[in-house]
This record gives sequence, C-alpha cells and structure tokens, in this order.
Amino acid sequence: MTHLLHLIVEPGFFSNAPVRSALLAGGIVAVVSGIVGSFAVLRGQSYAGHALADISVAGGSASFLAGVSPLWGFAGVGVLAAGVMDMIGVQRPSGRDLATGIVRGAGLGLGALFLYFDTTHTSTTGATITILFGSLFTISSSLIPVIAAFSLPALGIVLVLYRPLLLSSAAAELAAARGTSVRLVGAACLIAIALTVSLSALTIGAILSTALLIGPAATGLRLTSRPGLAMAWAALIGLAATWLGVLLAYDSFYWGSARHGWPVSFFVVTLILVFYLLSPRPVRRVPD
Amino acid sequence: MFSGFMASTWEVASIVAVVAGVIGFFVVLRGAAFAADAIPQGAFTGAAAASLIGVNTLIGLAVASLAGALGISWLGRRGRRDVATALILVAMLGLGALFLSFSSEYAPEIYALLFGEVLGVSATEIAPVAILGGLCVVVTLLLFRPLLLSSLMPELAEARGVRARRMELVFLIVLALATSMTLPVTGALLIFSLMIGPPAAARSVTSRPLPAMLLSVFIALIVVWLSIAAAYQTNWPVGFFVGTLGAVCYAAGRGWAALRRRRSVRASALPGPSGTGAPAASVRV
Repeated sequence: MTHLLHLIVEPGFFSNAPVRSALLAGGIVAVVSGIVGSFAVLRGQSYAGHALADISVAGGSASFLAGVSPLWGFAGVGVLAAGVMDMIGVQRPSGRDLATGIVRGAGLGLGALFLYFDTTHTSTTGATITILFGSLFTISSSLIPVIAAFSLPALGIVLVLYRPLLLSSAAAELAAARGTSVRLVGAACLIAIALTVSLSALTIGAILSTALLIGPAATGLRLTSRPGLAMAWAALIGLAATWLGVLLAYDSFYWGSARHGWPVSFFVVTLILVFYLLSPRPVRRVPD
Repeated sequence: MFSGFMASTWEVASIVAVVAGVIGFFVVLRGAAFAADAIPQGAFTGAAAASLIGVNTLIGLAVASLAGALGISWLGRRGRRDVATALILVAMLGLGALFLSFSSEYAPEIYALLFGEVLGVSATEIAPVAILGGLCVVVTLLLFRPLLLSSLMPELAEARGVRARRMELVFLIVLALATSMTLPVTGALLIFSLMIGPPAAARSVTSRPLPAMLLSVFIALIVVWLSIAAAYQTNWPVGFFVGTLGAVCYAAGRGWAALRRRRSVRASALPGPSGTGAPAASVRV
C-alpha cells in the first residue's frame, strides 16, 4: 500500500515545509482567481487581465530593486495600471483593446528597464525568471498571511458587487437604467482583477498568471450557465490544477537520473488547458 | 553608433519598422490587438526550444508563431475568441518555461529574447529577415482590398465572396511571419507596441487607408530609429524605448484627434461662410 502510494506521491511530499507553503499559498490564489476570473471572462476582459499581469512585471522588478517582497510591487503597479486603463476608456468596447495594449506596452517597457537595473545593479540575476515565470516553492510561510490579506479585498469587491456586476456584464443598458453606475462597477471589477493577477503573478509568474485567471473560469462557464455554480467550478478546477501541478513538479525531481525538477508553472498551465479542452461544449450558445 | 557592427542592426530594424507599420495598420483596423500581442509572446517559446536543440532561432520563432496563429484560429472556433487567445498564449508560455528550465542559457540571453537587444543582430540575419519581411508586405498589399473590406464591413465582404474566416487565418499567418522576424530586435514582449502605437497615431491623423498606412510606416521607422539610438547610448533595453514611444505616439494621436474634433465643432457652430458645410474632418470611417 505504501509502495503504491509512493508511485504517485514521492516520499517526503507531505512533510516538506516548502511544499506545504506552496499548497497553501497556491490554493488560496487558485480559489480567488477562479471567482474573480469568472467576471473577467463574462465581461470579455481576458485581454485586460492579461495586460495587467504583464504590467505587474514592472512592479515586481521594482520591488526587487527596493528589496521588498514582489507581491507589494505586483499589486501596487497592477492597481495603478487598472486606474489608468479605466481613465483612458477601457470601458468602451470600441478601441478598448487598443487602449489596453498601449498601457500594457508602456508598463512592460518600464518593467524591462527595472529588470535591467535588477540584473546590472544588484546581484539578483535570477530576477527575470522569478518574476516572469514564478517559483511557488520559494514562497516562505511568513508570506501566506500577506497573500490572504490581499485576497480579501479582491474577493470582497466581487462578492459585495455580485449582482450589479453580473447585471452590468450581461446588460449594461438595463443596469444603467436601474441606477447602477456601470462605470464605477467596471472600475471596481478591474481593480479586483488587478489584485488577483498580482497574487497569481507571485505563484505561477507574471506572464503566466493569465492562465489561472482565465482558464478555470472559462471552463467553469462552459460547464454550467448558472454564474454562482460556474464560479464554484472555476475555484475547484483552479485548485485541482495548482495542487496537481505542485505534486507533479515535486515528483519530477525523481524522473530520470538528472535530478532536475520541472517548473511548477508548466504543470499548472498545462493542466488548466487540459481541463478546458476536456470540458464539453456549452449547451447554450455563448455569444462571441 | 553607425560603425560596422551596428550597420546590420540599423538595416534589420528599418525592415522591421516597415513591416510593423504595414501589418500594424490592419491590426488596429481589425481590432486584433490581443492576437497581435499573444503571437509574439508565445513565439518566445520557439526561440527557447531552438536554443535547446541547437537550430537557428529564426526557424524556432517561425514554427512557434505559426503554431500560435493556427492554435488561436482552431480554438477560437470552440468558444470565446479572447479566451482562446489567452489559453493558447499561456500554453505556449508554459512550454517556454519548461524549455528555459532545461537549457543552460544565461539569464542575460533570455532577457534579450524577451526585451530586445541592440547588438543581437548579425549580418547573416539580414537576408532571411528581408525575404520574410518582403513576403509579409507583398501578401498584405495583394490582399489589401479584401482585407480592408472584411475588416471594416464583414457582412458586405461576405456578400462579395470574401470568406471572413479564411481572411482571418491568412492575416494571423502574416502576423506570425512578421512576428518571427521582428522578435530578435524588439524582444518578444514589445513588438506589439511597435505594431499598434504608430498605426493608431496615423489613424487619428487621417482616415484614408493608404495615406494612413504610409504615415504609420513613417512613424514606426522614427520610433525604431530613436529607440535604437537611445538604447545604444544608454545601454538600456530597446523594449523600454519602444514601449514608451509607442504610448507617446498613441497619446499624441488621441490629442490631435480631440483637438481637431473641438475645432470642427467650433467651426460648425459659427455662422457665416467658414462654417457652412458639414465639418468634413470629423467624419471618420
């Protein structure tokens, strides 16, 4: 029995401290991403989510320069960029992607500059890889309360604004007629997305955090047309992908003779894609 | 700055700017910003794989960006388009992360792939870049009218026998080819700024397609030249300058359009000979 278990889970998996931190931090982030991501998909803001993730590179690399945890940089710059995007009219469908792209380009350019300073002026040569592709196993257990603290406002925004958000996503005119400030609700949603993306940037890397935001949410929305249920599915799928990813990455140290671990982010992203491809076609046609 | 080893950089960068200006015009027109963003980023994987198995980077880039274009087109049929683009992008980047972890490449080289490198161009690369770039421009110009029609009026184009889906695929493939040649200069993460900043600015100056496209090429050339000169002087990454200048172009274009709109409103509000006809400048496609 123990032998069989060891075929799936290599020895020491559950007693390993970095693994426990990774499971806990990754789990929190996956659940938040699934719930907030459902709104990003419903509102057609996948690109905004992706752009915010890219921009947060600037924050992550700046925080390496300042010597604080990248999470502060990711979140600070992400929320700032969400504000700028909202200001220059990301809400309007026409030209929305264009404005998003321009902000993303400028933000990522700044990220390039900071990363350059990171690698030339400090000794953190691995900063590029850490920020872009993440490293779930290096999260210290002291960071978990901070991650939980950042999750609360993101979850709080979408839960408090649950009904107006759903209504303004499905029928903006109707929501406006009912007295909902569509603009304000949209801005709040964008900030929640920015916070979520900054959390997942920490776990699976800035340029891969789009995967956790969009993948499970899109799969959840294919499984059911009821928004609340879809969010639960999304959280569950994100959680499964993250935990399985951690397990596989841990096991991969023992594959072959090289004793070379495969990146966690690769497994998480691949699992998310597999879940999406396996999900059945939606019963009701989703309008493009 | 203009010495021998920089000569090939200037030449390749100029070709890149012309191609980005032409293709970027259609990217802006079709609102294909996300795809134009995702294909280059995903193509980075190809470069990582190429360095792992030891083939030419350009081949790796071309294969990966074509795979990205076909993947977006294929998955886009199953569900939402933006979700499909995002998923293909992250799938490729995830694979890229795996290849990076295998390769013994130093961090600065990965960094150059992602954010651009002034000295990353050798003389032997000019010929393939020129051929690929020429191909992209020729295909775009051959398809100029149907592409324009299907971008602006999809229904009319369909009625005239232009297949929207096929047009989309052809456009994505051209985009992928353009990507693979542009990437070594500006880096995977910032080609896209070059592709949308200048055309967006050009479109706010004129709404006539051909002049807008020429202007977009012109602005792209200036952006690239300035970026390379600045990067050479400061040793900072090219991508930083391309991204910032792209945003400056866009802001200038928006400012210009707003100014003209206000002036035309004022002109039409004024009675008398100057304000008679409809304000032609405010009419845009």
